[in-house]
Amino acid sequence: MSARSNILNKLRAGLAGTTPRPDDFDEGLVTRPWQYAPEDRITRLRSLMEAVHTEIHQLTTEQWPAKVQELLERRGLKNLLYAPGTDHGQTLSEHWQQSGAAPELLAYDRPIEEWKEELFWQVDASITGTVGGIAATGSLVVWPDRHEPRLMSLLPPLHIALLKASEVEDNLYGMMQKHNWSAGLPTNLLLVSGPSKTADIEQVLAYGAHGPKELVVLILEDA
Amino acid sequence: MSQRIPVKELTDSFRGRAVGALADAQLRTNFRVAMDSLMKKRADAFPDEEEREGLRELGNHIKARALSRLPDLLEQLETRLTANGVKVHWAETTEEANRIVHSIIEAKQGSQVVKGKSMVSEEMEMNDYLAERNIECLESDMGEYIVQLDGEKPSHIIMPAIHKNRFQVSKLFHDKLGVDETEDVNELIQIGRRTLRQKFLEADVGVSGVNFAIAETGTLLLVENEGNGRMSTTAPPVHIAVTGIEKVVENLRDVVPLLSLLTRSALGQPITTYVNMISGPRKADELDGPEEVHLVLLDNGRSGAFADAQLRQTLNCIRCGACMNHCPVYARVGGHTYGEVYPGPIGKIITPHMVGLHKVPDHPSASSLCGACGEVCPVKIPIPEMLQRLRQENVKSPAEQPKVKDGGAKYSRKERAIWRFWASLNTSPVFYRLFLWGATRFGKLAPKNVGPWTENHSAPVPARRSLHDLAKAHLNQGDR
Repeated sequence: MSARSNILNKLRAGLAGTTPRPDDFDEGLVTRPWQYAPEDRITRLRSLMEAVHTEIHQLTTEQWPAKVQELLERRGLKNLLYAPGTDHGQTLSEHWQQSGAAPELLAYDRPIEEWKEELFWQVDASITGTVGGIAATGSLVVWPDRHEPRLMSLLPPLHIALLKASEVEDNLYGMMQKHNWSAGLPTNLLLVSGPSKTADIEQVLAYGAHGPKELVVLILEDA
Repeated sequence: MSQRIPVKELTDSFRGRAVGALADAQLRTNFRVAMDSLMKKRADAFPDEEEREGLRELGNHIKARALSRLPDLLEQLETRLTANGVKVHWAETTEEANRIVHSIIEAKQGSQVVKGKSMVSEEMEMNDYLAERNIECLESDMGEYIVQLDGEKPSHIIMPAIHKNRFQVSKLFHDKLGVDETEDVNELIQIGRRTLRQKFLEADVGVSGVNFAIAETGTLLLVENEGNGRMSTTAPPVHIAVTGIEKVVENLRDVVPLLSLLTRSALGQPITTYVNMISGPRKADELDGPEEVHLVLLDNGRSGAFADAQLRQTLNCIRCGACMNHCPVYARVGGHTYGEVYPGPIGKIITPHMVGLHKVPDHPSASSLCGACGEVCPVKIPIPEMLQRLRQENVKSPAEQPKVKDGGAKYSRKERAIWRFWASLNTSPVFYRLFLWGATRFGKLAPKNVGPWTENHSAPVPARRSLHDLAKAHLNQGDR
C-alpha cells in the first residue's frame, strides 16, 4: 500500500457515515465591513501603505516617466530594471531616450540563469506594473508574466510600482470576483503591501529584510 | 546573568524545564514584553467585536467544511497541481517525508538548500536529516536563522527568536559571523540580509511551508513579511513545499476570511507584506521561477486526530500563534519548555497525536483551563475542551481503549482505586456520614505526605467539625 492510499483510506474511514458540511460562505462578512466611496478608496490605500513606509505619489499618466527619473536621480541610483515588453516599459524607454536620463536602463529580457549574480547584487531599482490595488488592506496586486518576471518586484532595493487609480477595488473578495481569478491564475500571483520588513528581533520593526527596502507607488489618475 | 535552554539540554520533563524557565528572569522578561505587545496588536486589529465574531464563525465553517471533505479535496488538489505541472508526494511519517525531500535534492545533485519558514519542516527535523547527508539546509527567516545559528529550536511559531533580545543576537552574530557587535536592530537585520542573499543566490533548492493549499485552483498560498519566502520559492531552480494534509481548503474565495483572520490574529496586521500564490513551475516562455515545484503532503499523526469527530477540530488550526500569545502558562514558561515543535495551547493538543502521550504526558495538564486560547482562536477550536478530552484519554486503562496515540500514559491503578473509593464515599449517604464522623475525630491520623502537594504546601488536616455540623448548629440557633 502506498502512503497516498493509506492516508486517504484512514481519512475516509474517519468520515464513514457522515455527510459533507454545506457551503454557507457569507460573502457579506468579507465585503460589507470593507466598502468605500470611490473617492475614499485611494485615501484608504494611501494611509495603510504609508503606515508601513511606502512612498506614494499621485500623478497624471503623462507625468510618471519623469517622476521615475527624478526618484532615481534624487537617490543617486545608477540603474533601473524594467520590462521592455510591456506598454509602460515602452513608454519609459522612450522617455529615457528623449530626456537623456543618467541611470542606466536594464531590460529583463533573458533568463535569470544568464545574469543571476548581477540581478542579485548590482541592480539598484526596478519598475513594474500592477493589475490593481486593494483599499481594505492597502495592497498592490502584482501579476508577473513572461514580460515582467517574478523577481523584478523582489530583488532590487527600490521597487517602483505603477497603479492605475481606476483599478483600485474595495477588498480582496471584490478583486477576485471582478477578475474571475479562480478561472485562471498566473504561475505566481502576489499581493504586495509595503517594503520588505521584519520584527523578529525584539519585535522592533526593521525594513529591507530580504526584499525591497523601499517601495514607491505611483498612482496614475486617468487623463 | 541570563540563561538559555539549548536543544541538547531539552531531555527532561516539562516540569523540569518549567522550573528552569520560571527562574530565568531574562527569559521571562523577553516573553512578557513580547506577549503583551502581541495581545495589544491583535486587539487593535479587531476593533469591531461583531465583525470579529462573524469572521471567526465563517473561518470555523470553512475549515469544518474542508475537513468534512478532506480526502476528496486532497485528491482534487493533487489533480489540479499535477495539471499545473507540480509534482505531488505523500508521506505518512516524517522519515518518509525526509526521504522524499532528500531524493529530490539528490536527483539534482544539490548541496545547498534555503528554507523559508515552515513548521512542518521543523516536525521533520529536515535540517538535521539533510546535514547528516552533507546537504546544507539554511533557515532564511530572520528569526529562524538566528535560532539555527545558535543551535536552538524556535520558541514561538510566528516569532521563532522571541526569547532572545538584541544584545544576545549581537553577540551571536559577532561570534558566528565575525562581524562587529551592534545594538542597532536595523544593522543586525542588514547583516542577516547580506549573508542570506548570497545563500539565496547559490541555493540549488528552496524549501517552504504552505499556509493554505487551494483545491479549486491548485494553488499554494504563503504569507510573510520579509521576502525570504518569495526568495526561497522563486530564486532556486527547484522549489519543494512541505505541508500537513489539513492545510487544504476548497475554494479560492475561502482564503479571503482565513487570510484576514490569520494576519490579524498573529501580528495585528491587516495583511502581511507579501501574499504569495504559487500555481506552478516556470512556464516555457518565462524568465525566472523554479523549473520544478514539488509538494510533500505529510500526515504525521494528523489522520489519528481526524479519526475522532471531536479531536478532528484540532486540525482547524491555521497556525497564527494567538493561543500562545494569550496563554498565561506559555508567557511564563516560554516555548522551549514544551520540548516539542509546537508550543503553547495548540502544541498541547496537536503534539500528542504526532509523538504520542507517552512522550508528552504533561501536555494536557499544563494548563489552568482559563479559556483564553479558545476565546481568541480565529477558527474557534475549543482548545480547553480538547485539553479536558486529552486528560481523559491520558488516564484511560488499556481496557478502555484510549483513542489517542499512546493514550493511558498516565493511567495508574492506585489513582483509579482512590477515585473509585472517593466516588462511592460521596454517593452513599451512610458511608459518607460514617467517614465524616471518623475524619473529624481522627483527623490527626491523616497522611503527612500527599505527593507533590506537600512539596510546596503543608499537609491538609481535616477540621474538627464538618460543614454539615456547623450548618446544623447555625440553623438551630436561628430557630431559637
